[in-house]
Amino acid sequence: MTNWDRFVDSFFNARVMAQYLPKIIEGFGLTVVLALCIIAAGLALGLLLAVVRAFGIRPLNWLIIFTVDLFRALPPLVIIVLLFFGLPNAGVELSGFVASWLALTLVLMAFAEEIFWAGITSVPKGQWEAARSTGLGFVQTLGYVVLPQALRITIPPLTNRTIAITKGTALASVVAVPDILGAANAGVSFSFNPSPLTLGAIAYLVLFLPVVVLGRWIETRFAWKR
Amino acid sequence: MSSAITARGPIVEARAIHKHFGHLHVLKGVDLVVAEKELVFLIGPSGSGKSTLLRCLNRLEDPTSGSVTVDGIDMLDPRTDINKARQRIGMVFQSFNLYPHMTALGNVMLALRKVLGMGRAEAEAKARAALDRVHLADRADHYPLQLSGGQQQRVAIARAIALEPRVMLFDEPTSALDPELVGGVLAVMRELREDGMTMVVVSHEMGFAKAAADRVVFMADGAIVEEGKPAEIFADPRHARTRAFISQIERH
Repeated sequence: MTNWDRFVDSFFNARVMAQYLPKIIEGFGLTVVLALCIIAAGLALGLLLAVVRAFGIRPLNWLIIFTVDLFRALPPLVIIVLLFFGLPNAGVELSGFVASWLALTLVLMAFAEEIFWAGITSVPKGQWEAARSTGLGFVQTLGYVVLPQALRITIPPLTNRTIAITKGTALASVVAVPDILGAANAGVSFSFNPSPLTLGAIAYLVLFLPVVVLGRWIETRFAWKR
Repeated sequence: MSSAITARGPIVEARAIHKHFGHLHVLKGVDLVVAEKELVFLIGPSGSGKSTLLRCLNRLEDPTSGSVTVDGIDMLDPRTDINKARQRIGMVFQSFNLYPHMTALGNVMLALRKVLGMGRAEAEAKARAALDRVHLADRADHYPLQLSGGQQQRVAIARAIALEPRVMLFDEPTSALDPELVGGVLAVMRELREDGMTMVVVSHEMGFAKAAADRVVFMADGAIVEEGKPAEIFADPRHARTRAFISQIERH
């Protein structure tokens, strides 16, 4: 067997690939569901925190800043492991899926809050004054005048950050979630052949390459009109 | 006795206004009374407090002390619904501050819909009428970035007058405009004046002040130095400060 044959047999073994393809496809589905749950909850919570912060209630803002800094500083894997292996000691049992979802949601929430907040503060003070001078209230001004402008400028950085954090779903395999990487790893263990990892990598490309391209498109689209 | 003022009744009555920004004492006990249909011009060197005074009238700034009454409403009373009170006070800013994500029509319609609670059709008719008054009916569907500075400022005026305010505040409305665009904005302001709008204007447009103002108020260092008819202030100022300021302005 030449080196080349050995390489092909290790990473592109057709028999092993065919055997584990169904598992990888299941893992793909799970990763998609996990990613969507993280994006929906993380962005919604991030926006909510940024809006609450705009009210300028001091103690509340300190709490928000503390929380956000905490989850921006902690490595996502540490949070997942803490939730999965730590919480049962406090009587709370989370499944690997829920622990991963919660951990990555909190991380995305933290980064999204900072991005939304930066967007809100970048809207000129004159916009607030003009709206308030016509009799619009604080919440109306935020909703109709400030947020639409803020969201527009946050879209490019938000897309990037969302992609980066969503890729972290691979960490869920550490707590026994059969996502793409989890399924691929299991396949490697059973077949003694790394070909399932190749399938896994292809699955990630199929999933995230369109998202990255979409992100680039959104970025150019929104960068140019302003 | 100021019979002219009591006969028509003041729309704006600001008394003993003090404003501190930290250690800065920017307004030092200013009184300003504006009668209905009066056009009052506030002039003075930069930092004299004229813009701050204007912003105290609709409470974009909270005076540190003093009283402000507009159209009979105590603006500083915490029980006053400030959003309701502000419907009666239009304001136009140096930097226009149009909402960039809305068309000219959208800019004018927003408060009609969300503050006055009008339906879409009614608000749109009203907004189009307001844009017509500033001669921009044909620009209703343009976004602010597609309009010249002068047009943007006229849309900002339309946004304010659509609410049918009892008084209009202008904070250096032409200072950010190229010279050739100033005329259009001043023409609209003059038409407003002819329609009987009460106006308080902070501006360096001395030609406009001479032609259209009922009264000119000269401020320096946070206080009113002197006030009077434009002819008196410009031709025969009593105070050295006023004289120096006016000769400096007229040289330009």
